[in-house]
Amino acid sequence: MANHAHAETLALREQFDTAEQQKDASTLGMWVFLITEIMFFGGMFLLYTVYRDIYFPVFALASSSLNAVIGAINTAVLLCSSFTMVLAVRASQLGQRNALIIFLILTLILGFVFLGVKAYEWNEKFQEHHVPGPTFHLEGTGEQGEAQLFFSLYFAMTGLHALHMVIGCGIMTWLLVQAWKRKFTPEYMTPVDVGGLYWHFVDIIWIFLFPLLYLIDRHLGR
Amino acid sequence: MITAAAQEREHYLNASYGLKSWLLTKDHKRIALLYLFTITLFFFIGGAFATLIRIELLTPQGNLVSSETYNKLFTMHGVVMVFFFLIPSIPATLGNFFLPMMIGARDLAFPRINLLSWYLLVIGGLLALFAMLAGGVDTGWTFYTPYSTTYSNTWVIATALGIFVAGFSSILTGLNFVVTVHRMRAPGMTWFRMPLFVWSNYATSLIQILGTPVLAVTIVLVFCERVFHIGIFDPALGGDPVLFQHMFWFYSHPAVYIMVLPGMGVISELVSVYSRKPVFGYAFVAFSSVAIAVLGFLVWGHHLFVSTQSVYAGMVFSFLSYFVAIPSAIKVFNWTATLYKGSISFATPMLYAFGFIGLFTIGGLTGLFVASLGIDVHVTDTYFVIAHFHYIMVGGTIMAYLGGLHYWWPKITGRMYPELWARLSALVIFLGFNLTFFPQFVLGYLGMPRRYHTYPDEFQVLHVLSTAGASVLAVGYLMPMVYFIWSLRYGQVATANPWGATGLEWQTPSPPPVHNFEEMPVVTHEAYDYTTILGEVEVG
Repeated sequence: MANHAHAETLALREQFDTAEQQKDASTLGMWVFLITEIMFFGGMFLLYTVYRDIYFPVFALASSSLNAVIGAINTAVLLCSSFTMVLAVRASQLGQRNALIIFLILTLILGFVFLGVKAYEWNEKFQEHHVPGPTFHLEGTGEQGEAQLFFSLYFAMTGLHALHMVIGCGIMTWLLVQAWKRKFTPEYMTPVDVGGLYWHFVDIIWIFLFPLLYLIDRHLGR
Repeated sequence: MITAAAQEREHYLNASYGLKSWLLTKDHKRIALLYLFTITLFFFIGGAFATLIRIELLTPQGNLVSSETYNKLFTMHGVVMVFFFLIPSIPATLGNFFLPMMIGARDLAFPRINLLSWYLLVIGGLLALFAMLAGGVDTGWTFYTPYSTTYSNTWVIATALGIFVAGFSSILTGLNFVVTVHRMRAPGMTWFRMPLFVWSNYATSLIQILGTPVLAVTIVLVFCERVFHIGIFDPALGGDPVLFQHMFWFYSHPAVYIMVLPGMGVISELVSVYSRKPVFGYAFVAFSSVAIAVLGFLVWGHHLFVSTQSVYAGMVFSFLSYFVAIPSAIKVFNWTATLYKGSISFATPMLYAFGFIGLFTIGGLTGLFVASLGIDVHVTDTYFVIAHFHYIMVGGTIMAYLGGLHYWWPKITGRMYPELWARLSALVIFLGFNLTFFPQFVLGYLGMPRRYHTYPDEFQVLHVLSTAGASVLAVGYLMPMVYFIWSLRYGQVATANPWGATGLEWQTPSPPPVHNFEEMPVVTHEAYDYTTILGEVEVG
């Protein structure tokens, strides 16, 4: 414990020999974690692919009922948040505390905007009876079961994505508190870096979800 | 406990005291012991379910429990043994303790995440225990839809949540091991100087990382289907219940290798130490672990031969399943070749290793039977399959686990176990195991289906044999429990390297200091280079 106080100032944990080793380990750890996340979402993408293949006409119809404009706005919001996240990482590398705090706040706000829009969208689904269950009804098809499959996948995929966004916002808040307490230096900014990796990953998942769920049939000009 | 011994030297057990020093520890060695305690508890809970199953099957009539209760018994036996004992067994205890030591690290890369993994296992286990006490679950450990999502009136949600949470424990352990092996190796510890136990745990971690999340999302969807009544696997909506089986087995077949690969790593250590020879074909054994991990992901369809899977898919999966035999055989042949002209001692861990090699070979060869389409149709869902996978899980993994536990016991506790009792228990377990499960091959081949608590009279003799074997096996498992605890106080004090082994974990005192090594090691030799060992061998 004698050199513990010393380790604290360098933010070097006792199992590591050098700060570089620690940073490498943390970064690799996050990349490995993101691989597990790919497999997690991959399961749902597989189900989606299978059902979309079997029930394409109904999936296309159900997809058209989604609000693609709102989806596109949310896509833009997330892309902007990734941009502000990159700027936050850059600011922490340069040791610019104020810039770091501002960009983290911007990222957080954009995250909340995304979640707000998502909530508005889900609320619409309830009003339109597009939530799977006894009251479900989608206009224009006799295959209500298959349409429910689409919306089951829609809610499962966007729901789990939104859960990841909530966790991401939690991480941003924590980073903000740490930045406020002046914990980060250009030598020690791994948490910002690793948090950024997570944020970009959640963004990328949406980049796949948006066309798959919203744009199935748009290219046919409907 | 061990602290009763008058030992001046500070080590990881006496460095601090009190419940808090254990429950908030970041020391991988203490966390390993927390795991050891937890999974031993689950082992005996799962064992209790097995006992009730075997007692029920003594007679052809269902006269101990109702068929509903019986369904719950085999389900909970499977759930507890697979998710709360076998999967964490070797990696989370022996791996947690020795993987960092074997590569010369002070700890795992993420000690706090390591502790979190243990808490997740405990929380998951408590959820599952709650489900069991509240009334149990009857879907079978496989949770096949639509029974699990629509029809079962038992505690599916709580059990599934428990498995989901425990799954994250497994993922985080795997993540920790991978990063540790990549980033924490001591100077000179190159990849091809790593002990084979590290290689096999590394391969296991890859499966945990790639497979477990798929199980996690599958469970989430089953959960959503039961709670929110969305329909993803619901045939009433056009959903496909067989898709559930695909996703379930995409994890659960590789999970078999999560359970057995670390055991193979233990055997590689034991065979080398007790024949005092380097493992024959080190690189082949190392890569065979990785090959098993990779091939494990390509064979899940052999669980769906009779589940409306297309014949062509069946043929491909059957073909690919045979490939698993290649790396498995490489291991068995190389262990055997290691023995050639070795100076073999029949210490307890080596007896377990011999047991493993024989039983795993039977389990593996019968695996080829069930991988072939024709025979599988005949033995699907019979006791043949039960016997096959118990030869791998119990005859393989638990044998290796016990062998490893005996081998490393002096290092973990600083005490020797009583050799005579230990050899006796190894023998009892081997005999009890074979008496329990060999008759089940015959039963299954004759047509006894799994998951039934009544059966035709002509099967009774074999069932009685199996139950008799199970009682012998139970005695065999209780014996180490007793003498391990006895040894903590009365066992002979262990030296740093009682077996004359080469691993870095033996180059530090027993029990190890808090940071594992008094001086950080520099590695200059290949693994299993016995010319470097000058110490005396005590037992052999």
